[in-house]
Amino acid sequence: MNSLRVIWNRLVSFFRKSDLDREFSDELAAHIDLLVEENLQRGMSPEEARRAAFIKLGGLEPAKELHRDTRSIPFLDSLTQDLRYTFRTMRRDFGFTAFAILIVGLGIGASATVFSVVNTLLIRPLPFRDPASLVWISNHPENDANDLSAQTVQVDHLLDLRAHNRSYSDIAAYFAFYGVGDNKLTGTGEPERLTSVPVSENFFPLLGVQPELGRNFTVEECKWNGPSAVLLSHGLWQRRFASDPSIVGRALTLDDKPVMVVGVLPASFDFATVFAPGSHIDLFSPFPLSPETNRWGNTLALVGRLKPGVTVQSAAAEIKVLAAQIKREHPDRNDFTPTVVFLARRVSGRLRPALLVLACAVGVVMLIVCANISNLLLARAASRQKEIAIRAALGAGKRRLIQQMLTESVVLSCCGATLGLLLAFVGTRVLAHLTSVSIPLLSDVRIDATALVFTLLIAVFTGILFGLVPAIQVPGLALHDTLKDANRGSSQGHGHTWIRSALVVSEIALACVLLVGAGLLIHSFLRVLDIDLGFHPERAAALRIDPSSSYSTQEKRNAYFTDALHRALDVPGIEAAGLSDALPLGHNRTWGIAAKGVVYTPEDYPFGFVRIISDGYFKAMGIPLRAGRDFSERDSLDSQKVIIINETLASALWPGENPIGKIVNADKPDRIVVGVVGDVRHLSLEEKSGSEFYLPIRQTQDYGSVDLVVRTSLTTAQLAPRIREALRPIAPDLPTSNLRTLQQLVDKSASPRRFVVLLLGGFAAFALILASLGIYAVISYSVSQRTQEIGIRMALGASAQKLQAGILFQTLALAAIGILIGVASSWALARAISSLLFGVTATDPATFVGMLTLLTAVAALAGYLPARRASRIDPMSALRVS
Amino acid sequence: MPENKLDILQGTLDLMVLQTLVTMGSLHGYGIARRIEQVSGDLLLLNQGTIYASLVRLQQRGWISAAWGTSDNNRRAKFYTITKSGRKQLAAEAHNWGRLSSVIARFFNPAKEGSSKP
Repeated sequence: MNSLRVIWNRLVSFFRKSDLDREFSDELAAHIDLLVEENLQRGMSPEEARRAAFIKLGGLEPAKELHRDTRSIPFLDSLTQDLRYTFRTMRRDFGFTAFAILIVGLGIGASATVFSVVNTLLIRPLPFRDPASLVWISNHPENDANDLSAQTVQVDHLLDLRAHNRSYSDIAAYFAFYGVGDNKLTGTGEPERLTSVPVSENFFPLLGVQPELGRNFTVEECKWNGPSAVLLSHGLWQRRFASDPSIVGRALTLDDKPVMVVGVLPASFDFATVFAPGSHIDLFSPFPLSPETNRWGNTLALVGRLKPGVTVQSAAAEIKVLAAQIKREHPDRNDFTPTVVFLARRVSGRLRPALLVLACAVGVVMLIVCANISNLLLARAASRQKEIAIRAALGAGKRRLIQQMLTESVVLSCCGATLGLLLAFVGTRVLAHLTSVSIPLLSDVRIDATALVFTLLIAVFTGILFGLVPAIQVPGLALHDTLKDANRGSSQGHGHTWIRSALVVSEIALACVLLVGAGLLIHSFLRVLDIDLGFHPERAAALRIDPSSSYSTQEKRNAYFTDALHRALDVPGIEAAGLSDALPLGHNRTWGIAAKGVVYTPEDYPFGFVRIISDGYFKAMGIPLRAGRDFSERDSLDSQKVIIINETLASALWPGENPIGKIVNADKPDRIVVGVVGDVRHLSLEEKSGSEFYLPIRQTQDYGSVDLVVRTSLTTAQLAPRIREALRPIAPDLPTSNLRTLQQLVDKSASPRRFVVLLLGGFAAFALILASLGIYAVISYSVSQRTQEIGIRMALGASAQKLQAGILFQTLALAAIGILIGVASSWALARAISSLLFGVTATDPATFVGMLTLLTAVAALAGYLPARRASRIDPMSALRVS
Repeated sequence: MPENKLDILQGTLDLMVLQTLVTMGSLHGYGIARRIEQVSGDLLLLNQGTIYASLVRLQQRGWISAAWGTSDNNRRAKFYTITKSGRKQLAAEAHNWGRLSSVIARFFNPAKEGSSKP
């Protein structure tokens, strides 16, 4: 209580400094007068009386100083002095200040932006209730995340798990095979394709998500053939229904059927950003856990909530035991080999190494920034020697001088941080609005309180870091010799020359590491872009044209497909058209497929990715037909059942044989192979396709969506109305907002890699510029210090070329040491990013040599400019200057 | 100046100032300094400037208050007065001081300590 009062009083005194000083002067004057009077009465002479009075008081100034220190906070006083002085120096040295603030700002801006991304993806908890206990339960973890059939489980598996486990307070599921644009919304307004995710009844309660309007699904609604219901996402509610609060209880027309809106989810819940980055989810519908849905096979993605105190390891162990038991009791069900990971881990998992690399890269950039500013401050300290010496002579102590220098550098870095914060603000906004980048949680990236604290810490830390070396040098500079010697630099013998060289060397080494890292990633990215996808994405586009419910039988639907393809081909500008239920780089599902007559063990029973397509699809996609024939309109209900397989599957089933005419068993009845096509990169750009097979759409009903794929010279803007017009007679209300080019799909798939490459490339470029500036600054400083020496040498007959070569040699020697250290460290560190590389080794010689050449060239240029200036020094004026 | 003057112990100056104000009522800095010197019989080495540091400390703790006024010989000076909480504090400190000095005394006079044991 009392100490609070004292602190408050001291603070008040700090701000009323001049008032209190004046008052105290008056008080002291009165005191002196009284003392003098007393002394006079004792019979002293007036002069002596005055002198004795001052002695008695212990001096006027010390008394004032003691008073000031006691009543206020001495540290604050000296800080304000330092700050005032700092701002004066900064104004005087405007060019230096602006430059320093700019590069610190860029560095801190980059750091704060990367930190925000890392914070959102790796540190900040997921936006659900108690996210630390949420886990992701998947089937077959070794399989690729893009093969949903191998990741998901059957309904009965979920029911059994829920009934028998002891580790989870609950397990919920969503239907993983929902398709983008599965639902057609008609009625008022433009018809539109919406994406809906079917979820189990307990999905939202498990995540702790409360609808902001209305309610969650009821048990009734989650039964097979129960009353229809949907929950709207906040985004759809705002966009399509203008945030109409009376929407709850109204019916929408989805796929020509009325569906009741039971609620609206809050804006804070974004399904896509966590579970399906880079997409938009509009609706949620109830998914029944019934025998009917169980027959659909592996369809469910599971999210569990651990009971308090249960670890992931023990939960995983328990679920393995349960799975083995389920397998024994139900050999008829699909295989179930579950693994359990934290949901947060699953969300950020694949980006984790890339983010760590980015975080390290930005740290390296900050180090280079620090080295650079340190260097500049050293150069400035040298030119401020006199000023510092005077301050020392007037009684400034060693600590006081260092404090002054550190204040200057921290102020610089804080100004830089302000600029950096602005940049980071813009940067995070740009990142959050990159809708085409499929990185989870990216839309949540923002500068929050944690990021602000981080920025403040990094500002102070960098300020001290780059100010420390110059500050420690300062007392050495304050030797009184400096005052006498007007720095007649002949050859520079100062101790801090080697410090500056060391700083430049470390800058080059750090830049080298960044350049090599960025080079490797850029090289990988080019390799990825160069990949033979197996199809030609350019000039191809896709649009959902699922048959409406009025096409009630398979015959009618087949006629619709034939009609639609004909009408599409009639549109001028469309060269080829086909149908597919699965576009590349999207969802994938696997079926077993066996060569007839071969007996397989359960372990090596062949699997393949299944696609349901129509004739013309291969042509529209640009997938090459290697043998046999394409499907045709005649491959229909009552004709022979046919199949087309890819080359990988052909060589897997019948190595060395001609597959055409062979019989396979994929679904019932058996099918005859009529064609072989090239492999398609369907899972991701970086992965080989594996076994694939194609069934004609007219011979199966097992598809969830129908995309019309066209090869065309038209732009999307021209294409959409033409297709809508052409299909109007058979598909009125066809939404065309989901029309997308295949190139977009490819770009989206490459987007996380592009994202990392762009950022890292930017950092490397920045590092290169900083390092070259560092070299330039050191060399040109040494040239200006040696002006006289150079003048003398020239006067003695040294040629300009020789001088120039000498300085260039000095530069390249510095660069060489830096590069040597840099290469060695890159060599060691490159292995750390090998998981991010594609098609290049971590020690790719081309990248190393390329980056070294670049760095050497830039170093040579940075040294050449001062060298040229040196060679043009006029010996006469150089000698006369001092 | 005699060489054998005593240095003032840290913190004791504040007590002397408070006690002076209790005895003398309102007083200015010079007056306080004079009074302390007189009471100590000129045995204390008092740097009169330090009186003001002590006064600021006491004022910030709320134990004394200050106001400008006119001295006996018609001079403007700042007068300090002890407050209620200052008196309370002084009483507590005086008590402490008494205990402490008796303990110190016992250390310097062990015979007395021995005899006080039963």
